[in-house]
Amino acid sequence: MTQRTNAMLTWGLLAVFVGVLGLSRLVQWSPGLMIGAHFQDFILGMLRVFPCAFILIGLFDVWVKQETVQRHMGEGSGWRGYFWALLLAGTTVGGMFVGFPVAYALYNKGAKLSIVFTYIGAAAICRVPMSLFEAFYLGGRFTLIRFTVSLPLLILSSILLGTWLTRHNYQVREGQ
Amino acid sequence: MTVIYIITALALVTSVYKSPAKTRQALQLAWRKFLKVAPAFVQIVCAVSLLLYFVPNELIAKCLGAENRWYAVSLGAGLGSIMILPGFIAFPLASMLLHKGAAYMVLSAFTTTIMMVGIVTIPLERAYFGLKVTLMRNAIGLLIALTVALATGLAFGELL
Repeated sequence: MTQRTNAMLTWGLLAVFVGVLGLSRLVQWSPGLMIGAHFQDFILGMLRVFPCAFILIGLFDVWVKQETVQRHMGEGSGWRGYFWALLLAGTTVGGMFVGFPVAYALYNKGAKLSIVFTYIGAAAICRVPMSLFEAFYLGGRFTLIRFTVSLPLLILSSILLGTWLTRHNYQVREGQ
Repeated sequence: MTVIYIITALALVTSVYKSPAKTRQALQLAWRKFLKVAPAFVQIVCAVSLLLYFVPNELIAKCLGAENRWYAVSLGAGLGSIMILPGFIAFPLASMLLHKGAAYMVLSAFTTTIMMVGIVTIPLERAYFGLKVTLMRNAIGLLIALTVALATGLAFGELL
């Protein structure tokens, strides 16, 4: 499927979806109203985050020098590279929609694969606001166990996966 | 959230001050990168809104509260892998289930797979990593999530 047909299908889908939800509101069709409420929550939540996130990615791409990323997150960056990846992941907002473009931007500037995978994994499991929320609802102990078990495993598996893929000349691509 | 708006504004102002041309380039890049994820974003938002309707909280409660804990852990991990839920829905739900008597271990399997395994986001992820690596990454995520669930069960005395 080409990028164009994919985009057209997507916008068609969106139009049908929004149309059905709008109609549901007119005739008070309750499944439509419920789906619409989720849809609205989700999309508004994301649209609040996207402008900032993507502007920051754009600025990063234009201003940050390749050498800088290479030195701190490239081959030979040592444990510090993982530290930066975790720190960046902790402050990532907008979930994976932002996580993947950021990961690509890092890769593109010379971050090594194991660090890119660590970043992606950590953006899923240790975002600071989300973790605070989790600790509030399920207790600090619950969150602490999750961190101490998942982080070492994440870093270890990222190193294994990264090393193996680097040996096989694997390359990350940019989006669709 | 406010902090992020302030940081972005400061970064933008500094950038314009240093070089308007480079700032324009950055904004064009930002827009292009947004357009790249936009189709996947729309598809996923539609899918998740439908999923939340067809998998209502009562169903999740029933699965996660199953008598047999191993069965409940598997169901929790399965549901968590399919769903992507924002934290503000997932954790209050988990907390409610906890008070209804669900095991920490089961909740852990559910919330950790929500974070680490994304079947719905596979189309987005494969555009960057390719299908093979996407599947490998998600499989590793599932294994890590199950390990976390086991550790949680041990730590809260639900296993021994």
